[in-house]
Amino acid sequence: MKITKLVSALMLSGLLAACSPDNVKDNQAGDENQQDSNQTADGAQTSGIDGGGNAGGTALNDATVSYDKAAINDANNVLAEKVVYFEYDSDQISQDYQELIAHHGKYLAANSDMSVRLEGHADERGSREYNVALANRRALSVRRLILFQGVNADQVSVISYGEEKPVALAHDDESWQLNRRVELVYEAR
Amino acid sequence: MKKILIKLTLISLCFTLLNAQAALRVEITKGADGAIPVAVIPFELIGQAASLTNVSDIVTADLQRSGKFAPIEKSKLIASPKDLEEVNYKLWRVAGIDHLVIGKVNAIKPNQYEISFRLIDVFKGVQVLGYQFSANDHSLRSISHHISDLIYENITGQKGAFDTKIAYVTAERKQGMQPSYKLQVADTDGFNSQTVLNSTQPIMSPSWSPDGSKLAYVSFEKRKSEIYVQNLFSQKREKVSTFKGINGAPVWSPDGKKLALTLSKGGNPDIYVLTLDTKKLKQITKHWGIDTEPTWTPDGSEIVFTSSRGGKPQIYRMPAKGGAAKRLTFDGKYNASPEVSSDGRTLVYVQGEGNTFRISSMDLQTGFVQVLTDGPLDESPSFAPNGGMILYASTDKFKGVLAAVSTDGRFKQKLVLSEGDVREPTWGPFRK
Repeated sequence: MKITKLVSALMLSGLLAACSPDNVKDNQAGDENQQDSNQTADGAQTSGIDGGGNAGGTALNDATVSYDKAAINDANNVLAEKVVYFEYDSDQISQDYQELIAHHGKYLAANSDMSVRLEGHADERGSREYNVALANRRALSVRRLILFQGVNADQVSVISYGEEKPVALAHDDESWQLNRRVELVYEAR
Repeated sequence: MKKILIKLTLISLCFTLLNAQAALRVEITKGADGAIPVAVIPFELIGQAASLTNVSDIVTADLQRSGKFAPIEKSKLIASPKDLEEVNYKLWRVAGIDHLVIGKVNAIKPNQYEISFRLIDVFKGVQVLGYQFSANDHSLRSISHHISDLIYENITGQKGAFDTKIAYVTAERKQGMQPSYKLQVADTDGFNSQTVLNSTQPIMSPSWSPDGSKLAYVSFEKRKSEIYVQNLFSQKREKVSTFKGINGAPVWSPDGKKLALTLSKGGNPDIYVLTLDTKKLKQITKHWGIDTEPTWTPDGSEIVFTSSRGGKPQIYRMPAKGGAAKRLTFDGKYNASPEVSSDGRTLVYVQGEGNTFRISSMDLQTGFVQVLTDGPLDESPSFAPNGGMILYASTDKFKGVLAAVSTDGRFKQKLVLSEGDVREPTWGPFRK
């Protein structure tokens, strides 16, 4: 009470100003891929949600089977199904999808000028980086089955988005099921 | 005089609200018993220029958010002493108040303030702390947090962490629009948020350099995962890892010279250490399972990480130079995303049970485990630099929000930002 210690801290405030957020400037990323990625993302979302209901083999039985180059865009062809779904915390491919993936493998083997990007995804449960690793393993599982059909390794690329790009946004089993997936995104080489 | 003061307070309050660019709501979801009662008297405002920032309100909110203090509501203050001589100790003792904070904000001229404050120990009847600062509109919030730090340290004996920064990622997805991902840096109360990176592709896993000048993060802007190191002041950035496959989970070593990270270039996700100036890369783990989410012990000697080598994700520790891994978590089927406190004593991580994911802590000496949060989807725990609080990502009505819990689990709060989904908060270091 007797000692009134008033310490001027001009230097401190100067330092604080130097570290102030004014000096933190914006950085813009992703411009160059903007249009391209938009198309991919939108396409993937649609096929993801629609495909979910049919996931189970019936669509395959009804569909025509053709590996002609244009067949990849034919909605009635077996190749129209371009999403593979997974169980929770699993990279195992169910029996139903092994047949579908074999069709895609045969198509790529027959069309060496086509390539596919396998985009792995996870549901939101659990930690984010672990989900990147998990979704990467899912995409690699699909890759293994595609290469089994005699496809050149350089026709197949893999990317994992983990839980960062969900197609369904609710926090329930139905959404999670739709989000645990590998999308097959085709590109002409 | 009193009327003018009230007017000024009101004006500055309005400005404070207007100034809150990142409109946010702080919700105390669990109050702590035994918090120290303290009275922060609204600071006396002197001079013509109304400040944009209400210093004593910020100090009050900081002390409240720490969970260690129970500041008296403004309307319930029994007196408003402006100077030491005006303090009636007996009155405050009877009211059960341990500490009193008084102060002044003197507007010398526009954009120039002198702030003084005194911390008074009511029972001893003495001033225990007194400081004066100069500030401008810009540094006023930071000075206010610094005052909170000084009060916190004087009373608890622990360094305060209010005047530090946090980083986090926001995601906005709107029908028919490009998703927007932003890496943001803000004050610990959510104010002064600044976007440091903006992308249409995901941004992940921000990590602070120990000196607080840089962030390492993962960006998918080139349609693959890549790790960047960005200087927050010059905004310059460097791509430090762009191997085939996963480039993920960068975390700075305590000496600031290396990054631990996850790469799958060997076919499988493993932990590597990258020396930043030489670009030398050293593989630390080699296992068929998933190894990811490395973090350093504070002395830099060990790396703690998540691995599925036992079938399910669990947390392990191993020497940073490589060697045998020792499993740390045994409760439950899902334990991931570890971080070690700055004193090396406590591990925090995400513990999953069915569809519920909570933040848990483990005493590394005794192995005692405590579940700190309620879930259902809590993740990304990050210690405050003083170890007193843990910041994490939670959900609030289907929206990702930031939340914090005291390390002992007794006090919880949510920071709800207005924009998008907020995730992956990480608490920056003390200011140097």
